[in-house]
This record gives sequence, structure tokens and C-alpha cells, in this order.
Amino acid sequence: MTTMKEEGNYANRPSNTAFTQQRLPAWQPMLSAGVVIPGFLLIGLAFIGIGVGLLITSRSIQVLELDYTGTETSSPCYQCTMSNQSNCVCKLSFSIGTLFKGPVFFYYGLTNYFQNQRKYGVSKDFNQLIGDVSYFKSPSSDCQPYQRVNGKPIVPCGAIANSMFNDTFKLYQIINGKEELVPFDGKGIAWWTDYNIKYRNPDYTPLKNAFNDTEKPVFWTKPAYELDTSDASNNGFINQDFLVWMRRAALPNFRKLYRRITEGNYKDGLPAGNYSLEISYNYPVISFEGTKKVTFSNVSWMGGQNEFLGIAYLVIGSMCVVMSVVMLIVYAKFRFPEED
Amino acid sequence: EFNLSFRYATNAIKTSKYNVFTFLPLNLFEQFQRIANAYFLVLLVLQVIPQISSLSWFTTVVPLILVLSVTAAKDAIDDIVILPSFCRQTLSCLTIHLFHTFSLGFQADLLLLSSSEPLNLVYVETAELDGLKKEPTHPVRCEPPNNRLDRFTGTLTFAGQKYSLDNEKILLRGCTLRNTEWCFGLVLFAGPETKLMQNCGKSMFKRTSIDRLMNILVLCIFGFLAFMCFVLAIGNYIWETNEGSGFTVFLPREDGVSAGFSTFLTFWSYIIILNTVVPISLYVSVEIIRLGNSFYIDWDRKMYHANSDTPAEARTTTLNEELGQIKYVFSDKTGTLTQNIMVFNKCSINGKSYDLRISPLCLLFPLLPPQSKNAVDFSFNPLADPRFVFHDHSLVEAVKLESPEVHTFFRLLALCHTVMAEEKTEGELSYQAQSPDEGALVTAARNFGFVFRSRTPGSISIVEMGNQLSYELLAILDFNNVRKRMSVIVRSPEGKLSLYCKGADTLIYEKLHPSCSKLMDLTTEHLNEFAGEGLRTLALAYKDLDEEYFDQWKRRHHEASTSLDDREGQLDLLYEEIEKDLLLLGATAIEDKLQDGVPQTIEQLAKADIKVWVLTGDKQETAENIGYSCNLLREEMTEVFVISGHSVDEVHQELRTALNAMKPETAEDSVFLSEAATGKGAEAAEDEAVSGDYGLVINGHSLAYALEHSMELDFLRTACLCKAVICCRVTPLQKAQVVELVKKYKRAVTLAIGDGANDVSMIKAAHIGVGISGQEGMQAVLSSDYSFAQFRFLQRLLLVHGRWSYLRMCKFLRYFFYKNFTFTFVHFWFAFFCGFSAQTVYDEWFITLYNLMYTALPVLGMGLFDQVTVTWSFQYPQLYVPGQRNLYFSKRAFFKCALHSCYSSLLLFFIPYAALQDTVRDDGKDVADYQSFALLTQTCLMFMSYWTAVNTFFVLGSLAMYFAVTFTLYSNGMFLILPAAFPFLGTGRNSLSQPSVWLTVLLTSILCVLPVVTYRFLLTQLCPSINDKARQAKATPPPPSQRTRIRRTSSRRSGYAFSHAQGYGDLVTSGRYLRRPAVPRPSGFANMGRATTGFSPMGRSAGYSPTGRPQNAKAQNVEVTSLQMYRTIQEPAL
Repeated sequence: MTTMKEEGNYANRPSNTAFTQQRLPAWQPMLSAGVVIPGFLLIGLAFIGIGVGLLITSRSIQVLELDYTGTETSSPCYQCTMSNQSNCVCKLSFSIGTLFKGPVFFYYGLTNYFQNQRKYGVSKDFNQLIGDVSYFKSPSSDCQPYQRVNGKPIVPCGAIANSMFNDTFKLYQIINGKEELVPFDGKGIAWWTDYNIKYRNPDYTPLKNAFNDTEKPVFWTKPAYELDTSDASNNGFINQDFLVWMRRAALPNFRKLYRRITEGNYKDGLPAGNYSLEISYNYPVISFEGTKKVTFSNVSWMGGQNEFLGIAYLVIGSMCVVMSVVMLIVYAKFRFPEED
Repeated sequence: EFNLSFRYATNAIKTSKYNVFTFLPLNLFEQFQRIANAYFLVLLVLQVIPQISSLSWFTTVVPLILVLSVTAAKDAIDDIVILPSFCRQTLSCLTIHLFHTFSLGFQADLLLLSSSEPLNLVYVETAELDGLKKEPTHPVRCEPPNNRLDRFTGTLTFAGQKYSLDNEKILLRGCTLRNTEWCFGLVLFAGPETKLMQNCGKSMFKRTSIDRLMNILVLCIFGFLAFMCFVLAIGNYIWETNEGSGFTVFLPREDGVSAGFSTFLTFWSYIIILNTVVPISLYVSVEIIRLGNSFYIDWDRKMYHANSDTPAEARTTTLNEELGQIKYVFSDKTGTLTQNIMVFNKCSINGKSYDLRISPLCLLFPLLPPQSKNAVDFSFNPLADPRFVFHDHSLVEAVKLESPEVHTFFRLLALCHTVMAEEKTEGELSYQAQSPDEGALVTAARNFGFVFRSRTPGSISIVEMGNQLSYELLAILDFNNVRKRMSVIVRSPEGKLSLYCKGADTLIYEKLHPSCSKLMDLTTEHLNEFAGEGLRTLALAYKDLDEEYFDQWKRRHHEASTSLDDREGQLDLLYEEIEKDLLLLGATAIEDKLQDGVPQTIEQLAKADIKVWVLTGDKQETAENIGYSCNLLREEMTEVFVISGHSVDEVHQELRTALNAMKPETAEDSVFLSEAATGKGAEAAEDEAVSGDYGLVINGHSLAYALEHSMELDFLRTACLCKAVICCRVTPLQKAQVVELVKKYKRAVTLAIGDGANDVSMIKAAHIGVGISGQEGMQAVLSSDYSFAQFRFLQRLLLVHGRWSYLRMCKFLRYFFYKNFTFTFVHFWFAFFCGFSAQTVYDEWFITLYNLMYTALPVLGMGLFDQVTVTWSFQYPQLYVPGQRNLYFSKRAFFKCALHSCYSSLLLFFIPYAALQDTVRDDGKDVADYQSFALLTQTCLMFMSYWTAVNTFFVLGSLAMYFAVTFTLYSNGMFLILPAAFPFLGTGRNSLSQPSVWLTVLLTSILCVLPVVTYRFLLTQLCPSINDKARQAKATPPPPSQRTRIRRTSSRRSGYAFSHAQGYGDLVTSGRYLRRPAVPRPSGFANMGRATTGFSPMGRSAGYSPTGRPQNAKAQNVEVTSLQMYRTIQEPAL
């Protein structure tokens, strides 16, 4: 062709690529009846399946919950709610009808307790908690008003640590009128990462030396290095109970793992029978209208008992199925003409 | 030197804003003037107040820095890349310059000293500035630099005498010298001091309607934010008084913080937390998307014109989505719809029609020398224009056979015109014609052996079949709008007196001798045929004159032309008298060649419900004719109204009649309506519908009345009822006024497209201005927002790029607002469970990165890569309509989007809340963690209705990134480095290993998506949109390709080939402007040329450009518009 010009004459011609010419491979899902209706049906059926599974699992979990706040006069812990009571101990009796399958988890629970309050939440010093001794002397100002007491720095400082849950529990099975102690396992109830990485004790032996010239938190009866007198390695910032407490709950009603029951005669669970729970009642909740409770529970593959998920799946699943029927009717009746 | 004692501005124009050192402070200052950035600065300040700070400082700083740096980078690129095109126009200053080339444009304001021309006249093409003729003078006191183009004052002292200087003696920057070989000038103002640059100023900043809406919405969001915070602060007060006072056991109040004060603090804390409703990255993302879409326009090969090697260019990057909302297109005619190339296509000589189809090859490449074998060989004629292509050999044979009619035919073409010829070297002829039509005719004659060579006021030299002949020119009976013809009276070398006449067929026919009635019938047939093809026709006739009669006529003519009263009327009568009993020779047919694809484009635009208004300086007939040939007006139309009244009442009456014809029932109330409407201002003028297609043609002088305040609404209403509107003989100012009128009363987006300086006002006035580039004048392009080489690209610009940009922008905005609202509302719900303490749900890093990393790419990807099949856009131009109606992003859509995100956030909060309640590993932060995850998943799914490879990649990539970043952030290493900043250690591992967590995620995601799918499906089924229909129809095979250009079958006579108003016969004969014989010879008829209405050769209108042409033979044809804005147009291929 005589009309062809040299390539050089097309200096300004844009390049011809899929990108510049907007010809990228594309896929466009279409909401056609053939996809949507069967899709809904499938999702619905699958959800119903999952829902049923979840519900059955959830139902198989045994849960026993006991309130021991003691607001009612009939409650055995009522007398402990009186002021100027210290080292008050109360006993809660209950019975289990059938075998409570193990491993059994033992929780304490608090309600109306705002661990998720922002000011509460920031009230700690990370640097202290990883064992940096220099911060023992000068705790972070976040810890106010639990930064110092009597001019001495508080370790661990802050409202979270200060308000650590300090009720303790002992469980007895009543066998022939005799109380037999159910052994609690307090190991490994905190997250591995917390125990090994996030919290660490200062590298001092004995640990006590690290805490020279510091004060224990105001509400504490014992300093951090004496939290567990029975196990030396369970002290300081890596005390399991401390770790569990320091992991703040997201909601005002929460429960935290206290112990597991995995040992001895109770390896397979709590047999049927009468039990007595001895509580040393220290933690005040009445002032903010909170309640305290303990919970025995076992777990399944999907965690603790929660019927919500199963029910939700069931409801959504059936709604999908219903919707697919509705859509089918609409499609058959109103679909717009193909021509045009 | 005296001058050196002053510091004068150099001619370098600095159009860049920054240099290396000032960039950072200046740019930062500028950026913080933007409300969004300033807002975030305030936030940052709030965050460093410990009592208030609910989030760490980095959550704001990181995005802010990113946003600032992206914007700064963009600004820097703009500054470096876009602006220097101006900077190159530098010139050393304050020296006297010699300009060699006449087409040189001035880069400074000059005082003209002398020029090559006799009488030191120069002809200046001033384009945008206005036409001025200059006489030179000599050094100088003058006014300070200013922006008045039309005046200049100064004095020149030379040889002890003072001379005053005025505008007439100044050459302004931006002007182009036309017919002058050289001139001397003294630089008065240089660089930024030139009047042009002083005038440029900051051109009006155009914003899109979405921009405005966005600003309103952002303000609303601010209000909403304040409202939410207020509610939460109240909540905090209640909590503090009820619960908080009890909880002081474990969380004592700080000193001096009462419940009231805490409420106050909480308000600000929540301002910080909820700041994500006001999306910081919104503006940046919008700019990125626009930039990307602009690049797509630049890159589009289908908008690249190979012939002129011109790609499309998006000159602004801020208006893209508006391209998808155009409702009115205002188009120039010449050079925009047409190529302004007149092609002598057909002729009928003595009853024989010569059908001279031009080969398609030459149509495509009019500039190339014809090498097609069947083209007529003009080698017998050494003076032939080599670029002329003609395919009918029989005509050449006829010429060679010396057929007398054929010879007379071409002789007439060579004699009867007002073209100026210039022959620089022997055989290098160039013509300067007032209208391209005339040029085409003369060139045709030249090629057939009747070469017009030169003229003097009293003679015309032509070369007839190789013989040099000189005809004595006795009179020119010039063209005007009433006569619609022109004649010359010449005496041949043999002494024969003849009158040659060409003009509109209807008028010529009235003048014919009865003997040619048979020929008349034949010719009429041919004329109809020509007209049917949209060609512009002229009938040619001649007669021999009797010496005696002529002498007597000449005397009377002299008397008439010197009489004082009713000179015009008398002359007209005389002309009428002598132009009678003519003998018909034949007819010519000239094609005012449309640009390729113009009819199809207009048809497509019409289908897309875009109204095309043609605003042209041309005559009514020409404009109408073009209207028909480009499908704007159609034969099938019910009626085409012509408004050409000369008074207010006439115009009003005509408008009323038109309105009445279209809508009989409403015509009565129109007065009332217009009054009510003017009262209410812009509320008026809703779209009305009429049955039937109507067209409206309005004349410039009528338009002047119609645009008056009292009538503008009537006019607008009538015009908007019509499918097509053509305004002819309009001035550039009127063009802009029409655009402003539509802008004012119609809530519609307008686009103006044009190529010349006279379109600049319109281009600037419209929402979007498009310049046709590749033509000679660059004024239109320089003031335009988009430019490309051919009108037909408009189709692609609007239907494809415009629609895409609009869709993408709307989807992007909806998506963006959705994701941010959803994200933020969760905090709102959580407030009710955390004692309104401004505790965040999410990890701080998640908040920081959410907008910037996790979700930026999917939204941007959607904004940039979302593709709708191109073929649809063309197959279903109706798809364009939702954009015009603003359907995809309006306050309504925004509200829907906010409701939807409210729903989503409720799900996102309460499902995990319920699912986590009392589960074993019930850890606070778990909630946050997978809430965010669920959020991410489903937002990505949400609005993505199209998946391109890139999009998919981005979504999956973002998810992957989320996990990667999450695990990194929660990993041991990071914690060890900065314990305070990464408290979420281990959360990922611990919670994401739980099956129940995944089940919750699944449930949440599905629940977020399903209702939308259901809604969409039902909507599609119950009330399908155009989109759905198109989608549905995709399966069916596409309809046959667009119909080819429709041939008009009617006998409607097309416009005759004089495109312009007054001829300049008197100029030609006056001798004043002729090159060599500058002797003003007062020959009788020379001065008789009609010195009529406002046509003074000394006036501004005299600035035609009779010029020689450069060696590459680019004829400079000049079109004179009503305001006498001159411009040269691309040469005819003749």
C-alpha cells in the first residue's frame, strides 16, 4: 500500500497492550435466575446442615453455673458481703445428677464489670510486665492513680493489675459425709504467648530482689513474687491467674478460666454426687451492681456452649431456602421479557 | 543603553509553581488548606492530649503522611510534566527582532516598526485576541503592563517629535503574521507582562457535579460525626453517673474529672475514634482514579488519529466522570463536523452529468498525492495542482476536444470569483480564497486547463489551454445574501463582452433565457441528484453583452453608485436588470466534506439521549445543509422550525408558533411559566416530552433577541423540545451565551466541542470543553479540557470513557463510603458495651492500615480496572442515560449506602458478640480481630460485580496481606521490638485456630452479602434497568452494524456553494490590497463595487489573508465569522 507511512510517523500512537486499551480479561458474575436460585438453595441447605451440627454439639456440652454474689439473704455468701469482713469464707453446695464429662473447666465469671473501659485498659505498663527493671522505678504515667503509693512505685502498676480477681476456690466432693478435695490444675490456663513472650519476670534470683523499693498494688495482699507460694515458678508476672486477669475481657459480662479438673479420680469428669465449693470471698462487686459466679463446663470441637451459632445457621439456612422459593415464584411470574 | 538601566521582565514565562527548595513548605501549606487535611491535623493535635487520646498518634500520622506524600508526588509531577510546555516559549528580550517567516507567531508584545509590505501594512491573524490591522511606527514611553487587549497608550519620541501610539500599532503575543514577509518590531512587554499572559489569569476552575455532591456529603458526614459523638457523650454522662460511680472501686476517677468533664472529654475522644467516617484517603483516591482514567483516554488507540499522528489528550484530570453525564453537546460546524475541505465532486455541463467519485483511498488520505491508476492524468497541464484528484476521463476528453460549452464552463470558473492568486516562482501558484468553495472551483478550473493566474483591479490573467490571455475586468456584481449569486463582466482579448454568473440555482433559474428550458430540466434533474447527496450546488450561466447596452448600463451604474440616497437599492435594481436572459451552462456540486463517522456519531449520541446543538458562524442554508448531511436534521422529522425574525415580536411569535405546533396545550401558559420560572431562578425548565421529532434552526440575529432576558426561557423551552437545534450566524459570544443559558436553567451537564478560536468562549463556558486538535489553530485545544483529532472520537469519549469513568467513580464512592461507615459504626455499637469510654474495637494497627492497605487496593482496583464490555456501550447507547439522570451517585444513593453499612455493622458487631458470649476462649480482642476480618472479606465481595484479573488479584492480595500483616504484627518478634505498640501478641494464633471463629466469619460474610444479592435479583426481575436488559441481551447476537450514512432521497435543494456573507469584490477591484500595482486607479467600475453596509476595507473586517503559500503548498483559506475572527483552515485537497 502506498498509503502506509513509516513507523516513525506514528510516534504518538499509544501502545497496544491489554492494560492501556482496557482489554484485561474480565469475568462478570451475572445474577441470573439459573445461578441465584440454586445458589440460595444450596447455601440454605448447607447452612441448615451446619446449624444442626452446631446445635447438637452445643447441646452435648454440659454447663453448670452458680451465682455466689450473695446479694440475697438466703445465699451462703450473704454474710461475706457485709463490710469490714476480711478473709471471709463461704461454702456453696450443689449436686450433679449425672457424670460431668471431663475434662471439666472451672471458670469464675463477673457481670457488669467494665474491663473494656478505655481508661481501665490503658492503665498498665508494658515495660514493667516484660520484666524491664528500669521501669520498676518509674512506672508509666498511664498507671495513674496506681502509679505510686507512699512515694514508692507500684509494681505491677495500674488499675488492671490492681483490680486482680482475688477470690479463691476449693472444690470438695462429699463422699459419705466426708469432704474430698477435687484437685485443680492451674497450669497452662493462660495463652502460651502471654506466658512465654508477652510477660516475663526480671532476670533476678531470687525474684524478690527485683522488687526492692517497690510497693505491691494497693489492693493486693501479697506482692507479685509471692502470688503462688506452692510453686516458685508460678510467681511474678507469669503467674497464671495474673495472666488470665490481665487479658482483658471485651464485654462487661465475662468469665475467665480459673482451673481445669484433669487429675486423679476426676480425670474423666465429675461423677454424680454432692459437692461443696469453698470460696474465700474477697472481691467486692456489690458497689457497682456486679455479680460473681462460677461455672463448670466441658468443651467440644467448637469450644464452649453457645447455641447462638447453631440457631443462627439454622435460621439463615431456612431463610435462604424460603427466599429461593420466593425468587422462583417471582421469576416465573414477573421475569422481564427476553426481547427488547 | 537606557533600557539596560531598568530591570525588565524576561520573556521566560514561569508557569511552574515550585522549585526544589520551596516545594516542601509550599506544597504542605497548600495541602493543609484542604479541609480534609486540615481536619486530620486537628485530629493529630487532639490525639496528643493524653486525656482525650483514644488512639495512638500513629493511627493518624501514618495515613496522613502517606496521603500527603502521594498528593505531593502528584503535584510535583503536574508541575514538572505538564507545565513546561509553556516554558519553552522563551525569547530573549528587549531587542529588535526581525521576523523572517510570515506565519511566525509573536511571543512578546511588539511595537511594529516596519514591514515588508507596501504602505507598511501587515495582516495579523489574532485569533483569540481579535482582528487588528497594524501600521508601524518607531522607541517609547508606554503604559504599565495590563490585560486590556483592545487598547494601548504610549508615546514615541523620534527626531524630536512626539507621536502617539495606540492599539493599531501594537502586535500582541499570540498573534500570527499572515501575508508579510518580514517586519521589525520593538519588544514592549515580554514574558508574563504581555497582554496575553496578563489575560490568561487563572482560568475558571471547573468542578464536576460529583465533586460538589461529595463536598456536601463530607460536610453532612462531619455533622453526622458530631451528632454521633454527642450521643455517645451523653451516653457517657449517663454511664458515669450510674455505673461509673460504682466502678470507681477499681477505676477511680482522676482528680478534678467529674462526670460532666468526662463527658466533654469523651466527645473529643470519639471524634478521634470515629474519624474514619470522614475518609482521609477519599480525595487522594478520587484523584488517583481520575488520573488513571485520564491516562486511559490518552492511551486509547481508538481515539488516535493516525493521519495526523494525534492521540486523544485529557488535558484536565478532574472532569472525567462528568463525561458520563453529558446531556447537551454544543458543536461548532466548520472544522469540527466538517473537515472544511471543499471537494469539487460533480458537475453537470450542458445537460451532461460528470459523476466524479473520489476513490476511498483519497478520502482517507486527502493529503497524499494520488497514485491510484484511474485518476485523471493532468500532465497535459503544467500548471495543474498536483493534489487534485478527479476520476472522470470523459470530462478531460471533452476539454481536449474543445467542446465550447465545456470551455465556457471552465472559463467562467476561472473568471467569476474573488480569489487572489500568488505566484512566487513560475508555475507555483497558490490561491487565497475567501471561501473554500470558491477556492475549490478555481482550482478545478485550473486543473482542467483554465488557470487563473493573477489579477489586477482591472484585469484577470488566465492561461487557457496553454495560452496566456488577459481579460479586462469591467465589473464585479458581488455576492450578497439576497442576491445569492455573483457575476463578473469581462472583455475577452478578442473584445467580446460577456457576463458570467454563478449562484444559487433557484435564483439563476429565474434569470434564464426561455431557450434553455430543456437544458434547465436536465440540469434540475442533476441538481436534485447532487443535492440528494448533500452536495453544495451552484448553477452557472453566462451571456454575451452588447457593447452599446453595456455603455449605457455602465453610466447608470456609475450614477447609482455615487448617488446619496438608497444607493444599495438602486444598484440591486441595476444588477437585476443586467443579469437576465442568461444562458445556462451547467452546475457544480461541491462537497463540504464531513469528517469521517460524523453522521454515525450524531446518531449514536441521539440514541444516548444526548442533544446535539450546532452553533456555527455559517449561513443558514449551509448550516441546514450540513445538518441534514450529518443526520442531525432528518427528512423524517415532523417539522423543522426556522426562526429568523428581525425583531423581538417576530422572534417571539415564531417561537410561540413552534411551541404551539409541538405542544398545543401548553403554549398558552408559557408566559406564565416563564414568569414564574424567572422568579424561581434555576428551578425552571424541566425536561418535557413531545411526540414527534422536531428540529429548530435559528439565525444569529434572531438569537440575539431570543437570548434577551424576557424571552430566553421561551427559547430554551422550545429548543429543548426539539431533537436538534442549529444556530447559525452566531458570534462567539452568542455561542457562550447559549451554553450559559442551558447551564443556567437546565440541571444538565454541557459539553462544547470546537476547533477554532471562535469556539474558545463556548469551550470555556461549558462544563466540559473539547478541542479538535491537529488543525491549525491551537486556541481551542489550549482552552479545552479534552482534545482529539476527529469529531467521531466524541462518541468513544462519552459513551465509553465517560460512562466508565462515571460508573467507576460512583461505584468507588459508594464502596468507599460503605466500607468506612461500616468500619466506623461498629465502634458506635461497641460504645454501648464499654461504658462509652471510647475504647476501640480494633487493634490500632488495623485502624491505621485499614484504609491504606487492606482496603485501598480493592477500591482503587475497582475504580481503575472495572470494565464494562465496550461493545455494549456502542450497541446500547441508552446505557448512557442513567449517568445523565445522576442515578448512580446521588444523595439518595448515598443514603442507601449509609443504611446498608449500618446493617452490615450491626451484623458485624452483634454476630460475633452473640457467638462469643460465654465461649471458652472468650477473649476481648478476639472480637476485634475477626470482626475486622469479616469486615474485610465482605466489603470486598460487596460491590464487586465485575471481576477483572487485576481486581481479583487485588482482593485476594488484600486478604493475604491482611493475614500476613496480622501475623507479623502479632508475632513475637515485633512485640520484642516495641512492646507498647504491639499488644495484640498471639491473638491471631489463638483465635484463628478456633473453628467457631471461622464459622462466625462465614456466617457474617454470608449474611452481609445475601440480602444484597436477593435485593438485586428481585430488582432485576421486577423492574429491570437498562443495564440488566443489555446484560440479558448480551447472549443474543448483536444487531447488524450501524446503518451506513443515509442517503437523502428527497429533492430538497441543498445550499449553494457560497459559504460566507459579503463578498469582497470591492476589495479585489479597489486595488488597495493588491500587491504590485499599488496605484489606485480610479477606473469607473472599480469603485462601484458595492461599498455597502458596514463593509469598510479599512475596517477590521479587511483583515483577510491574501497570502502566498509556503513551499509545501498549504493554502491558507480564511473563514470569516460574524465577529470577524479570522482563522486559517486546513487546506482543501484540490
